[in-house]
Amino acid sequence: MLRVGVLAIQGDVREHINSLNSLNVAVQKVRSPEELKTVNALIIPGGESTTISMLAQRFGLLEPLRAFVKEGFAVYGSCAGMIMLADEILDGKADQETIGGLDITVRRNAFGRQVDSFETDIQIKDFQEPLRAVFIRAPWVERVGNNVEVLASFKTEKLEEHPVMVRQGSLLATAFHPELTKDNRVHEYFVQMAKSVSIVN
Amino acid sequence: MSNQNNSTGTPRVKQGMAEMLKGGVIMDVIDAKQARIAEDAGAVAVMALERVPADIRKDGGVARMSDPDMIDEIINTVSIPVMAKARIGHIVEAQVLQSLGVDYIDESEVLTPADEANHIDKRQFTVPFVCGATNLGEALRRINEGAAMIRSKGEAGTGNVVEAVRHMRTIRGDIARLQGMDKEELYTAAKNLQAPYELVAQVAQLGKLPVVLFTAGGIATPADAALMMQLGADGVFVGSGIFKSGDPAQRAKAIVEATTNFDDPSVIARVSRSLGEAMVGINIDTLPDSERFAGRGW
Repeated sequence: MLRVGVLAIQGDVREHINSLNSLNVAVQKVRSPEELKTVNALIIPGGESTTISMLAQRFGLLEPLRAFVKEGFAVYGSCAGMIMLADEILDGKADQETIGGLDITVRRNAFGRQVDSFETDIQIKDFQEPLRAVFIRAPWVERVGNNVEVLASFKTEKLEEHPVMVRQGSLLATAFHPELTKDNRVHEYFVQMAKSVSIVN
Repeated sequence: MSNQNNSTGTPRVKQGMAEMLKGGVIMDVIDAKQARIAEDAGAVAVMALERVPADIRKDGGVARMSDPDMIDEIINTVSIPVMAKARIGHIVEAQVLQSLGVDYIDESEVLTPADEANHIDKRQFTVPFVCGATNLGEALRRINEGAAMIRSKGEAGTGNVVEAVRHMRTIRGDIARLQGMDKEELYTAAKNLQAPYELVAQVAQLGKLPVVLFTAGGIATPADAALMMQLGADGVFVGSGIFKSGDPAQRAKAIVEATTNFDDPSVIARVSRSLGEAMVGINIDTLPDSERFAGRGW
C-alpha cells in the first residue's frame, strides 16, 4: 500500500499534506530516519533549501534520503525540493549539499528576488488544461541529462527557455508550487507514478 | 512553452513566500558578518536593521529604516531572503526598500512610527509585508491593508518571552471564540474586533489566520522558540536574543533546531547545553508605557 511521506524539516509541509489528503492516500510527516522507513514515497516541500539541507545533515537524514532515492522509491520535490533532488546546483551556498539522484543542473533563485516572483499558466505534457503555476524565488533547470524527461518549460522575457518540471524514472521535480493552488493534478500525477513504481507493490 | 499572463505581486505570490518560511527562524542582523552567521546556522531569512531592538531601547532617539548600503551588502552576502524594517506609515521608506530588492518588508513598531493614525497601504506594493499584532482585530486590520504575513508582537529587545506568549495566546483565543459563534454573532464580532466582516467570517471558518502567523519579541532561548511553536506559531523571529548573547553562532543553531523539533524535549535539552550566556532580560513590569513598543500600531 502506498504511504506518502512529506519531509517536515521546514517549509510548506501543510500545503503538500492538504493536496495529498484530497487524493485518499496515507500521508505522514517525516523528520527522522525512523519515520523515513515507514513510507514508500516522499515529497520534499518548498522552503529554504539551505536550511533544509543543513538540518537534514544535522539530523542524520541526508544519507538515509540518498539511500531512499537509490532504492527507487518515488520522490517529488517542489522548488527547494527540486534543488534538493538535483545532482548539481548553481548559485547555492558554498557548501550546500543535496540529496541528488536527478541528473540536472538547477540554478537557485534563477528568476530573481521576491519582487520578481510570479504566477502564470503553464502547459504540462499530457495535461489537458494549463496549470496555474506559482513561482516564488524559484529555481530553473539549466541542464538535463539524457534520461531526464522535460514535462514543462518556461520562456523568459529574453526568450530563453528553461525546464521547470522534469522527471527521471521515479523522481519528479517542479520549480513551481502546485501545493499553493487547489489544482492537485501534479500531486495526482505523482501518486500515480508512485503506485506504478515496482518497489511499492 | 507559454509565458503570457505572468503576474507579480499577487496575494498568492506574497502569501506563498511566507508559507515557504514556515518552521523556520528569521534572525535580526546588523551587518554582513552577522548575516553569514545566521545563514550558516540555518536561518530561513535575515532581517537587516541598523540596531537590534535591545540597542534601540538603550540608545533611545528616533529609529529609522536602515542605510541602503548596509542592506545592499547583506543582500550581496547571503543567498537566503533578506527582510528589512520600515517605520509604521512611512510609505517612502517602504518604496525605497522595495527598490533595493528586499524580499519582505516589516512595517515595524520597533522603529519609531511615522504616522500615528494610518499604516501603509500594502496592496500598492509588489514586495510583501509582515506586520505585528497583539490581538486578532489588529492582525485582521493589517491583513485588510495587504499584509501577507503576521507576527505576534511580543516586546522586542527585552529577552523576555512573556509578551510574546500573551499576544500569541490572545490571537489564538480570539480565533477559538469566533469558531464557536453563530453567523449572526460574527457581525457583532467584526464590529468589536474593528475588522472587516469577510475576514472575520473567513477566520471563523478556517480556524486560523488566512496568512502565516510567526511570533516575535523577547525570544532568547531554544526553549522560548519551542514554547512559541507549541502555542501555535508557524515560525519564529529572533531579534536581540542571538547577537546579544555570549555565543551567537551556537545559539542561532540551537534555536533553529529547537524550532524544527519543538515537540521533542530531548532535542531541546541537547541543544540547550553549553550555550554560554543568554542576553540579559528586562522585566516588562519595570518598563514604563512610553518604552513599550507593542502599543505602537493602530
